[in-house]
Amino acid sequence: MSVVSENKTVSEGKTAPSGASRTRPGALAESGSPSVRPPTAAHLSDEQVAELGRELDAIRDDILAKRGASDAAYIRRIIKVQRGLEISGRAALLVSKNKAAWVTGTTLLSLAKILENMEIGHNVLHGQWDWMRDPDIHSTTWEWDFVTPSRSWQHTHNDLHHRWTNVVGKDNDVGYNLLRMDESQPWVPANLGNPLYNAILAPLFEWGIAIYDLELTDFKEGRKSKEALLKDLKALGKKVVTQFTKDYAATPAVAMLTGSGKQALYGTLTANAVRNVWAHAVIFCGHFPEGTDTFSEEMVEGETRGDWYVRQMIGSANISGSKFMHLMTGNLSHQIEHHLFPDLPSNRYAEVAPLVREICERYGLKYTTGPLLKQVGSTWGKIFRLALPGKAAQA
Amino acid sequence: MIRLRQLAQAASVLTSPLSPEDVLALFNPVFSARQLRGVVTRVVQETAQSATIFFRPGRGWHSHLAGQWARIGVELDGVRHWRSYSLSAPAGKDPAITVTDVGAVSGTLVRTTKPGDVLFLAPPQGDFILPEHPRPLLMVTAGSGITPVMSMIRTLVPRRPDADVVLVHSARTPGESLFREELAELADQFPNFRLAHWYTGEQGRMDLTNTAELDQICPDWKERAAYACGPDSFLDDAEALWKQAALTTAAPGSDVAIAGDPGNLMIERFNTTFAGGVGHDGGLVTFEASDREIDADGDTPLLDVGEDAGVLMPSGCRMGICHSCLTPLLAGQVRDLRTNEIHGEPGQLIQTCVSAAAGPVNLEL
Repeated sequence: MSVVSENKTVSEGKTAPSGASRTRPGALAESGSPSVRPPTAAHLSDEQVAELGRELDAIRDDILAKRGASDAAYIRRIIKVQRGLEISGRAALLVSKNKAAWVTGTTLLSLAKILENMEIGHNVLHGQWDWMRDPDIHSTTWEWDFVTPSRSWQHTHNDLHHRWTNVVGKDNDVGYNLLRMDESQPWVPANLGNPLYNAILAPLFEWGIAIYDLELTDFKEGRKSKEALLKDLKALGKKVVTQFTKDYAATPAVAMLTGSGKQALYGTLTANAVRNVWAHAVIFCGHFPEGTDTFSEEMVEGETRGDWYVRQMIGSANISGSKFMHLMTGNLSHQIEHHLFPDLPSNRYAEVAPLVREICERYGLKYTTGPLLKQVGSTWGKIFRLALPGKAAQA
Repeated sequence: MIRLRQLAQAASVLTSPLSPEDVLALFNPVFSARQLRGVVTRVVQETAQSATIFFRPGRGWHSHLAGQWARIGVELDGVRHWRSYSLSAPAGKDPAITVTDVGAVSGTLVRTTKPGDVLFLAPPQGDFILPEHPRPLLMVTAGSGITPVMSMIRTLVPRRPDADVVLVHSARTPGESLFREELAELADQFPNFRLAHWYTGEQGRMDLTNTAELDQICPDWKERAAYACGPDSFLDDAEALWKQAALTTAAPGSDVAIAGDPGNLMIERFNTTFAGGVGHDGGLVTFEASDREIDADGDTPLLDVGEDAGVLMPSGCRMGICHSCLTPLLAGQVRDLRTNEIHGEPGQLIQTCVSAAAGPVNLEL
């Protein structure tokens, strides 16, 4: 589907009279500065931004040089652990008439689903492990345990969200077409429901993302063809059937042999909901907590690589915590580093983080971070505030 | 087999989006839904530089014909590399490759492979095989070029009393000569197998630019179907020699002999040198499926090159982060515009938005 919409852009570009060196959408400028530099980075000169870009490039090159067998061993170990958890969780659910088995099975399956979506799926689909050239762990072959098909999500997430990070009107991840998440988004009375919508979205997050990935607004406004939408709907339909069958039919059906059918169904429902609530919390902490900036389209026009880096840093927020917490967030707790280097292996973000933080301090840029509960609270605070009209009070 | 497939399909209801193989791989590493694998069962050191690696392949492998080769995937520092290796085991037996350390991949295979390791595989292929009907044979090999021929000899000599095989093998020293003891035993045991060693360390290079030395070692060489395998220059000489001989002995009007016929030569080459150019030279980019060719400089991303040629290029961020533009490389090499690294192996997926042509490039699109 991305191909179809891309083609449209390309063919339009072809028919339009074009200069000798036509610039393509999304390509970064070699030098200069955006039409407007974001306010919190306005104190930086073009030369400083270029130097910052070179420093971050050097960090990336350093990791690329080190990347190797130990990283490959890491992702394979995580995949093994995840599959072990998944099998044992499902096995326990087969006898979940026993309460202890239900708790064990549901816990293990929840952990398995979280690991699969966050540390494995999200990162594999970013191409973080493509360098291994292993078709079993590759962005073009991976399908995840999440309702939205991998390919649809890759388009809205990798192509759009990561390119347009926090640009209001371009990055639909700002509020997911559902919530008012920025002062510059005009208030409508329906926004009063912000907190309610978000509370409903959390346990159903995978469905929210599946609908979001259909890009219905683009279709309505003529930016997405009917064929492309039908193709996406078909892919989603297929995925829904297999996901439903596995969790809500096949697993309970096998569990019925021990009289645990109903309990197994509750188990898989709970595991999916737990994963949804967790993923929702982590992902909302990525760009919405207090301290993260949003941008206008003129702040992107003429952006160089350095300015692009700056936007990623001041538009993202980290979560501080234990190694286990980092793992369970799929290292999205290192959201800033992830947005700077979306295709570096996630196990390397922790080592990059202090270097990035030091750069931010030296250049006088924000480096937003905080413990999970604080960041979740901050995000909810914003959701409540922006439910009401007017400019939000600064915290 | 059909029942197995149905079973797998039924099981996939529980494992989706994974395949049952993905789950079984937890217990047995040969299982994979996407990638044929084998488990190393035995490693035999042949010479100081070479080793024979026996493996048990998973489902999807088919037994090889004597003389065929297989693509083997090996991981070097976490990155999978593919090379082709001749199978040295006789037809009908468990597959084995004999590898000589001539580069990073073969070196890793020779030095670090141990039983239990997993090899990535593609099924055997190749036309360098024995003739369908019995006839006198001459094998001319040099260095590790003996590997496919060893499979032929092991297949033919002990099993066919009517076999008539002469092997001329060139190696630097007796110590570096592959399969020396086994070949000597076979020659002792089977009168229809004759063995001639040529040691370049003592005798200098075997001269194949004229027929003198060959006439001496194997006087009836023109009556034999010949097979040659070895380094490029060795094969070039052999090819020229046989061509010359065939032209003088063939019936008037037919200067093309049929493969496996007396007086004809079959050769097996292994190209280890890449055809790609170097630096910022660029080259002709061919988009195979779109049937378009365009000259590209060495600094323009292949994505732009394709779009300018009207090819339907998948793309996303255009700066090397989203991997939406991954395209299979069929031939040639590319330069990573970010690191200046020149890389590329057939079948590798490349990011067209940050890769430029480094010499002629063929893409699957």
